[in-house]
Amino acid sequence: MNAEDLLLKTGRFLRRSATGAGLHTLYLKGGTEGDAFYRDRWSHDKVVRSTHGVNCTGSCSWSVYVKDGIITWETQEIDYPSVGPDRPEYEPRGCPRGAAFSWYTYSPTRIRYPYARSVLVEMYAEARRRLRDPVAAWAEITTNPEKREKYQSARGKGGLVRVTWDLATEMIAAAHVHTIQAYGPDRIAGFSPIPAMSMVSQATGARFVSLIGGAMLSFYDWYADLPVASPQVFGDQTDVPESADWWDAAYLFMWGSNVPVTRTPDAHWMAEARYRGQKVVVVAPDFSDAAKFADEFLSVRPGTDGALAMAMGHVLLKEFFVDRETPYFADYVRRFTDLPFLVTLDERDGAYVPGRFLTAEDLGSQEEAAKWKTVLLAESGEPVVPNGSVGFRWTESGAGRWNLNLDVTPQLTLLGDEAAEVLLPRFDGGHSVRRGVPVRRVAGRLVTTVFDLLLAQYGVQRPGLPGVWPAGYDDAAEPYTPAWQEPITGVPAARVVKIVREFARTAEATEGRCMIILGAGAAQWFHGDTMYRAFLTLLLLTGCQGRNGGGWAHYVGQEKCRTQAGWQLLAGALDWSRPPRQVPGTPFFYLHTGQWRYDHYDAGELASPLARGVFSGRSTADLVAQSVREGWMPMAPAFDRNPLDLGEAEDPIAYTYDELAAGRLRFAADDPDDPRNWPRVLTLWRSNLLGSSAKGNEYFLHHLLGAGSNLENPDPQGAVGKLDLLLTLDFRMTSSTVFSDIVLPAATWYEKHDLSSTDMHPFVHAFNPAISPPWETRTDFAAFHAIARAFSELARGRLGVRKDVVALAYQHDTPGEIAGRPGRPELKVVERDYGAVAAKLAALGPLTEELGIPVKGVTFLPDEEVEWLGQRCGLVPRGAAKGRPELDTEAKACETILALSGVSNGRLATQGFRQLAERTGVSFDGLTSEHHRIVFSDTQTRPMHVAASPEWSGKESHDRRYAPFTINVEHGKPWHTLTGRMHFFLDHEWMHEYGETLPVYRPPLDLAALHGEKGTLRFLTPHSKWSIHSEYQDNLLLLTLSRGGPTIWMSTEDAAALGIADNDWVEAVNRNGVVVARAIVSHRMPPGTVYMYHAQDRLIDVPKSEETGRRGGIHNALTRVLVKPTHLIGGHAQLSYGFNYLGPTGNQRDEITTIRRRSQEVTY
Amino acid sequence: MRVMAQIAMVMNLDKCIGCHTCSVTCKQTWTNRPGVEYVWFNNVETRPGQGYPRRYEDQERWKGGWELTAKGRLRPKAGGRVRKLLGIFANPRMPSIQDYYEPWTYDYESLTTAPLSDDVPVARPRSLISNEPATIRWSANWDDNLGGDPSPDPVLEKVSGEVRTAFEEAYMFYLPRICEHCINPSCVASCPSGALYKRAEDGIVLVDQDRCRGWRMCVTGCPYKKVYFNHKTGKAEKCTFCYPRVEVGLPTVCSETCVGRLRYLGVLLYDADRVAEAASVPDERDLYEAQLGLFVDPESPEAAAAGLPADWLEAARRSPVYDLITKYRVALPLHPEYRTLPMVWYVPPLSPVVDALSTTGHDGEDADNLFAAIETLRIPIGYLAELFTAGDPAPVTAALRRLAAMRSYMRAVNLGQEPVVPDAGLPEEELRAMYRLLALAKYDERYVIP
Repeated sequence: MNAEDLLLKTGRFLRRSATGAGLHTLYLKGGTEGDAFYRDRWSHDKVVRSTHGVNCTGSCSWSVYVKDGIITWETQEIDYPSVGPDRPEYEPRGCPRGAAFSWYTYSPTRIRYPYARSVLVEMYAEARRRLRDPVAAWAEITTNPEKREKYQSARGKGGLVRVTWDLATEMIAAAHVHTIQAYGPDRIAGFSPIPAMSMVSQATGARFVSLIGGAMLSFYDWYADLPVASPQVFGDQTDVPESADWWDAAYLFMWGSNVPVTRTPDAHWMAEARYRGQKVVVVAPDFSDAAKFADEFLSVRPGTDGALAMAMGHVLLKEFFVDRETPYFADYVRRFTDLPFLVTLDERDGAYVPGRFLTAEDLGSQEEAAKWKTVLLAESGEPVVPNGSVGFRWTESGAGRWNLNLDVTPQLTLLGDEAAEVLLPRFDGGHSVRRGVPVRRVAGRLVTTVFDLLLAQYGVQRPGLPGVWPAGYDDAAEPYTPAWQEPITGVPAARVVKIVREFARTAEATEGRCMIILGAGAAQWFHGDTMYRAFLTLLLLTGCQGRNGGGWAHYVGQEKCRTQAGWQLLAGALDWSRPPRQVPGTPFFYLHTGQWRYDHYDAGELASPLARGVFSGRSTADLVAQSVREGWMPMAPAFDRNPLDLGEAEDPIAYTYDELAAGRLRFAADDPDDPRNWPRVLTLWRSNLLGSSAKGNEYFLHHLLGAGSNLENPDPQGAVGKLDLLLTLDFRMTSSTVFSDIVLPAATWYEKHDLSSTDMHPFVHAFNPAISPPWETRTDFAAFHAIARAFSELARGRLGVRKDVVALAYQHDTPGEIAGRPGRPELKVVERDYGAVAAKLAALGPLTEELGIPVKGVTFLPDEEVEWLGQRCGLVPRGAAKGRPELDTEAKACETILALSGVSNGRLATQGFRQLAERTGVSFDGLTSEHHRIVFSDTQTRPMHVAASPEWSGKESHDRRYAPFTINVEHGKPWHTLTGRMHFFLDHEWMHEYGETLPVYRPPLDLAALHGEKGTLRFLTPHSKWSIHSEYQDNLLLLTLSRGGPTIWMSTEDAAALGIADNDWVEAVNRNGVVVARAIVSHRMPPGTVYMYHAQDRLIDVPKSEETGRRGGIHNALTRVLVKPTHLIGGHAQLSYGFNYLGPTGNQRDEITTIRRRSQEVTY
Repeated sequence: MRVMAQIAMVMNLDKCIGCHTCSVTCKQTWTNRPGVEYVWFNNVETRPGQGYPRRYEDQERWKGGWELTAKGRLRPKAGGRVRKLLGIFANPRMPSIQDYYEPWTYDYESLTTAPLSDDVPVARPRSLISNEPATIRWSANWDDNLGGDPSPDPVLEKVSGEVRTAFEEAYMFYLPRICEHCINPSCVASCPSGALYKRAEDGIVLVDQDRCRGWRMCVTGCPYKKVYFNHKTGKAEKCTFCYPRVEVGLPTVCSETCVGRLRYLGVLLYDADRVAEAASVPDERDLYEAQLGLFVDPESPEAAAAGLPADWLEAARRSPVYDLITKYRVALPLHPEYRTLPMVWYVPPLSPVVDALSTTGHDGEDADNLFAAIETLRIPIGYLAELFTAGDPAPVTAALRRLAAMRSYMRAVNLGQEPVVPDAGLPEEELRAMYRLLALAKYDERYVIP
């Protein structure tokens, strides 16, 4: 026995224990005293269910552990209802970000008290003392140029001081009253995105803003999360399968979507479905987290995804429609797409160009809305006006006929008779292509079908048709062959052919169980909508929409507030007054942050080579203004006059139109820098606009706020410092709070009641307080009620009861869709009792049952529910809301939302389906049960499965996963489009002008050519592994797991060329601003492209820039808003405005930058 | 034969998304306190990469685990206890805090309290060790998503012939790690105080906090570097396999919160009498089979006669871990060459085919060239073999083939075709059972805890 063994033996003798035979292992029975530490550590007093109100689409249910009144940590709940015995379950939904949330509760970045900037507080206190009036004090400070400049220029530079809630709410109330009085209520704006992530918090603030006549700004389009292709093709905002439906797919694309990072709780479905034999193809520029799970990884050059999809469409059309007709595909497209519909052809340059859909009016029909009823040819050759087009939706005679029933078999193609050459635009170099389509003369007009046009567009030749066609797949000269796309995308042509064949064969074998998960990597380009239409073409042609396991799966933003109807009623305060002011965010910010001034290019430059010149000689801002004037898009402010003053006229509507006609009243959008047209108050809650989504961040700082910025050459003509008050409610310090004049301390997601839902799962579930809001924090609900009380107090005598003239755009899902041109905004008069705002905020108003709740074209009439709510919540005993159900707690608001939504209240859903049945003439019986009902306490117990409702297009049941448009496909309910079918062809004049009537490839913008942008590196801002937008990017746990501060990823090649090593400090500079960050160098990045993961705020480890000497900016310091004119179209069937439904996107992917290694000595 | 029972873990790397939820929930539950800021009982590494602490797998430097003497006896690689006692105050085999990372925080308060100045307030990093302003150069997950160079990876060095650093050949995967709760733990053998022990009833390796004297020999002795030193209490701490949870039938925190649903917990029975024999087989490539040979079939008479509690025996019979390791043979041990007989095993990951080969007809689901495809995957088999089988590619290839066979079989089922059972060493019933365990992965089948 050697010395070591002796020691080991001693060890054994020292404690009574067994050792292993080799004397190396000490075995002990558990339960020694030394264990107590970890047992004590694990012990806790209670576990409370809550979730995270962050725009991540997770909506995961979590257990929050509390010990000694302190939140200790959180783990995922695992009690989701089962999805079935033969599938993986939802548990345990969650991610590292959610797991790190409790860190915020007691962290030093927690906002514990109300704050305001000292210069403002001092000036206010002085003026208030002297003038003895809050409103007069606010008016003086904000109208005195010196004082105004003093506090505006101090924004974002520290100097915050603690104030009381009373002082804070008084200042806020004074600002609101003064603004309404002096400029008008539509100079007040609220921004709070994504209701689904905490519905009551969102709705309460939006309700306050709506009650006073302020404008709520949209977010979904502003974030560029809105896929404009969806309203264009489906006539719907966004409706997508839940993640459990990925399991049903037999073929899965992840295209511009990094599922493990951005859909972390759902990613397991993707991993598991592979074991069921699903084939997975990932398309991304970099070797991403998702690529690891792929069978095939296609590295595509950024922004060229559309070319890849177009080439796939070429092969698909040729092999599965022309060479061989695939019965399943052919039947599907006849019934559910616009492919058989007839399109007129107009003569042009010795050939033709596509015109518009042939309509019943062309056939001489005298029926109502005949020009909104589209036409196809029966096999007999007879023109037929089938049911289902929008002309049947909003007309009396359309009742019972708005359906997809076809009495005839439509002709897909007119091949056989005459042919004509059409000119089709191309944007990849070259002017246009000239290709033949078969034509027929119908009612005196030359027509062809959408299908025939599509084949021409995709370059799929058929015998006997004239024109210039690709010679084969390897013809690289003609769009859209596989060989053509190879130099554009970098993807070998052979792989394109192989993959699309597999895709189509799988779709044929499974009747449409092929899915494309799409993400921000594709959506957020200037031409993201054209990319999406090229993707959707693949799905529509193969019969994948409206099928479980098939179709598009667009996951960008937690857009699905499943309890849509109830939330919308509360958020818009539709129970007290209608309509609310709801304005698209992108044009609002584009105009009011002065970014339009920096668009030096002609709006016609990006138009089609075949354009008629509608945009030529005009700026994009002109087009925005035209859209507002025509009533396509609303804007705030609407006019250069206070709408309350317009309301003073005897007939305010007639007066307003007269004043407009006389030129005495102008649209504010015509001159956004006129001080009369400035927004004056902006309130942010549940949002970090300035640290995250504010594209053109430096323009915001300079023009909107009047704060310091890194703008190289600010336009001296532009207004500086438009906002009188920037107010933010948050629980942590962000760019938005540091730039705000007043900051209110918010309760966290573990300190309040609320509701959560998402598109990724079919549940609605609760937030619950694990502790009461600590320090002086308050829930958003409590904060807005405090503001409303202070406001009502000040407003009662000063504002009284007023009439407000509200200008509206033609609304989607209303008869306004077929109003047509020439347009003008519709005007409505809304009476506002400013002294009663607080009382109304806290009670459910009478319009609930009097006018009902409109949702997606049906109206719920919740008479019984209002009575039930009165019993459940109590009735207001006195005042302006006397006798109405109380809404004075968050829990009651949750209860109200659930009671008034079809997904949680089967009685309302059934009502809605009956209305739909009357309109369509088809039955929806059995889709839902009148007895299905979810109350708030249910959602507190466990996540509750919602039921089918006309609020959404998919079926819901315990044995079936949610997939969109299953109601349309299985019940013949039309899509909310012009033809009632899914659209390949968009016939609006502006679509022609932009060359996008059909799916088309449009390359990324050449920003160097368009406005002299600097740099050659593609600057992309994909979503991060370590944050959800800017949330968590300051969280110590996640900073520790990542690089601990702002980073830019680059390829080894680019880094070598620039002399940059991993973890070096670098500066990225372009015309829009400056970013200072550290480099991460990896060969998983493709050369030529850098990533600055989204929403790294300027507050964590950002030094001063060498370039400007000022603090470096956020990722959006290098981006800028570019408005795509086609997104401004309104009043044309599915191309009609809806809040967060249709509007220009705040896209940011086309940006380029320079990067250089800077001095490694940094200063802060 | 002396049959002992242990709760063991299998992680399916083919499902790991590298999200670090496990790291965060573990940290929040156990180590978010002074003295262990730098400690992650559970960490996740992007491979290739250096790992945490950096280059911990370089045993030429750290001397963790066991080695064989000339006579074929096991000896701690760092030397026996005498040598360790002599070097107790100066231990070059101990990773420094810089090898882990110097924990930091930020001056968050300044965001709220900054006086009016000429620029935006900012929160600078500050060391949690020195309280001085810090420059961040390294962390617990510095390699995240790098996919290889510029960081030297000791495992990659061994397969230098297969280093792929071109974008077209990029690959990466994630390796979550906890304490291996080894059958032959070198940390236990290293402790001069007898403070480390392996619990007889469930095999969990623990540090007795009362007995630990802070010698830190365990830190050196553990080749996985999964024993940590709490510099506030001066004691060693390590993953406890969440025994306060496991004892009452709850899965470990890292398992239950694993959103990739890739962790499995179950009972393994082994013959304690043959541990030393198995750990000292001469060829390190035989260690995988040797450890497999230690495991006792829960249906065997020996298991029934071992005197185990009935619920333990029943759990052993339903053990998902036993099935994945022994029946389907898709799970493999991490670094068996350390000779500690680790008890956290891994299903190796599939990966996309290499671009250059994908046009030549290789396709993961196609039964005809299924097996050809395994060799064309982006993650080199050699790299996986250095991690899991001491460099022997055969068991890795066999495991990947079984995964591919399952997919191929199920694709036919999914498409409504007649499925063909590929020749991957698994009969149809087992293929389907493995599919159920890996794909459906129901909670009560992932975690079978007595």
